[in-house]
Amino acid sequence: MSTVAERAPGRVEERTPRPGRFRPRRLLVPTLAWIAAIGFFFPVFWMFLTGFKQEADAFTSPPKLVFKPTLDQYRAIFDRDFTPFLINSAMATVLSTLLVLALAIPCAYGLAIKPVEKWRDVLFFFISTRFLPIVGAIVPIYVIARDLQLLDTVTVLIILYTAMNMPIAVWMLRSFFLEVPRAIMEAARIDGATLRQELVRVVLPLVAPGIAATALICVIFAWNEFFFALNLTASRAATVPVFLVGFITSEGLFWARLSAAATMACLPVLLAGWIAQKQLVRGLTMGAVK
Amino acid sequence: MTVTEDRTGDRAVALRERAAKAAVARRNRWGRRSLILPAMIYTIVVTQIPFVITIWYSLQSWNLLRPGSREFVGLENYGKVFTDAGFRNAVVNTVVFTASAVLFSLVVGLVLAILLDQRFRGRAVVRTLLISPFLVMPVAGALLWKTTMLNPVFGIVNFVLKPFGVGTLDWASRFPMPTIIMVAVWQWTPFMMIILLSGLQSQSTDILEAARVDGAGPWQIFRRLTLPHLRTFLELCVLLGSIFIVQTFDSIFIITQGGPGQATTTLPYFLYLQAFRRFEIGQAAALAIVTTIGTIIIATIALRVLSNLFKGEELAPR
Repeated sequence: MSTVAERAPGRVEERTPRPGRFRPRRLLVPTLAWIAAIGFFFPVFWMFLTGFKQEADAFTSPPKLVFKPTLDQYRAIFDRDFTPFLINSAMATVLSTLLVLALAIPCAYGLAIKPVEKWRDVLFFFISTRFLPIVGAIVPIYVIARDLQLLDTVTVLIILYTAMNMPIAVWMLRSFFLEVPRAIMEAARIDGATLRQELVRVVLPLVAPGIAATALICVIFAWNEFFFALNLTASRAATVPVFLVGFITSEGLFWARLSAAATMACLPVLLAGWIAQKQLVRGLTMGAVK
Repeated sequence: MTVTEDRTGDRAVALRERAAKAAVARRNRWGRRSLILPAMIYTIVVTQIPFVITIWYSLQSWNLLRPGSREFVGLENYGKVFTDAGFRNAVVNTVVFTASAVLFSLVVGLVLAILLDQRFRGRAVVRTLLISPFLVMPVAGALLWKTTMLNPVFGIVNFVLKPFGVGTLDWASRFPMPTIIMVAVWQWTPFMMIILLSGLQSQSTDILEAARVDGAGPWQIFRRLTLPHLRTFLELCVLLGSIFIVQTFDSIFIITQGGPGQATTTLPYFLYLQAFRRFEIGQAAALAIVTTIGTIIIATIALRVLSNLFKGEELAPR
């Protein structure tokens, strides 16, 4: 597609805005990039397409690209009680994200304005908890949840997702707080603002986009989480990934329906990630890379 | 100073001022601590206490399916873990899986990052499409690969490969390990790509320009300037990637169930079987401790790299 536009004659080298970078052949780049993009995106595209098929159209060789679209599969999913799973997922995701922000914003702020002794240790304590394998703690978590009657509740998921996202949120938010010009905070302090007022009235409005980006990262991880949901919930609090897994066994042969369900499951995070893609790298590297 | 110290009145004032200042400082410090403590206490309670309890459990023989079977057995579980052929197999599988997935996704991610660092029409769209596999719910991604993509008869992969003489090959049972590695590479390449792309774009254009003026070719510039510049970013990719990829559970659970046999049983999946299929709490706990210690070794290196990345921060003016 774009290759056509690039084929325009002329001394391309002179028009390149970033001279000197490692650039293979001029035409090769867009072609390869588009091929890779289509290849990587294809399973997602195919999922989206198959969700609008009849089952008969889903099982064909060669695969069908043209067919009469239908909403039957989406209807069938909701008839099969997809809604409670969606609600559980939404609750676990939204509430855990709010709880993360409520705890991480003050914490990140406290760490950003420093002189707390050993702030660096605190920061690395947080990140080290993210590095420990989840499986390392699942056994007692299961037993404790059982003893506290928390098995198969959304509450246990909220508690765990909050802890899971806390280190990323603290690090990421801190990197945004560090970008607030110090003079602004000092001006607020001279005007007699307390630490709290300084945070709420002055700093928070400035880092609102950063908070939104952090929230999105937390949403992505919580929404996609499977291991805890699989092991700690059953019928009442099961989330969307658990619903999808039901397709392996009971409905292994319903591809169109599976695709429709998978589309619904992926869409919120896909959209969120596309919107926040500029901030994604920051969240994934805990704020280390901007 | 010597003059003021002669006069006791001034001295008292100075002392009082100093005390007041210290009180303000103390209040400030507690103000700041009170900002940090809630998040910290929460994290300790939810993540560290279970870990300590895991150590305690690992010293017991305890099966949830046999009530009253709980007793203290010391290090016996660890002995079982290390003599278990299944455990050694899981360790080897984990290393093979993680190392290959990290390596391939890093290489592909680097190539894609280099492509995306060029200007061409539709670059934003290409980037958006390329990051999508990372955003797809891993469970959904794994299910799609298992069914619509890799099904021997109706799958797209075999359809595409038909001209190359691939018939109805059942990838997941014939090549189980390459299959889950491939799915992991599909999922994690975007992760590597966006980190490396940030690295490429943070290069100073002046230096590249200067090198070009001095007559350096594109390959030379890449080898001598870009790669060294990318080093920190590559390290970050490898370390963060390893930490995340080693925990892969979803795709193994869905695509191969650790099989055929134990061909794709990695540590997380092995532990899952011990804890939630056989309910051997004590043994699962011992396994968890061993896994965690292994991870800590990698994580320590990772933290050092991160720490290096942050070293400049303190000195830099804000």
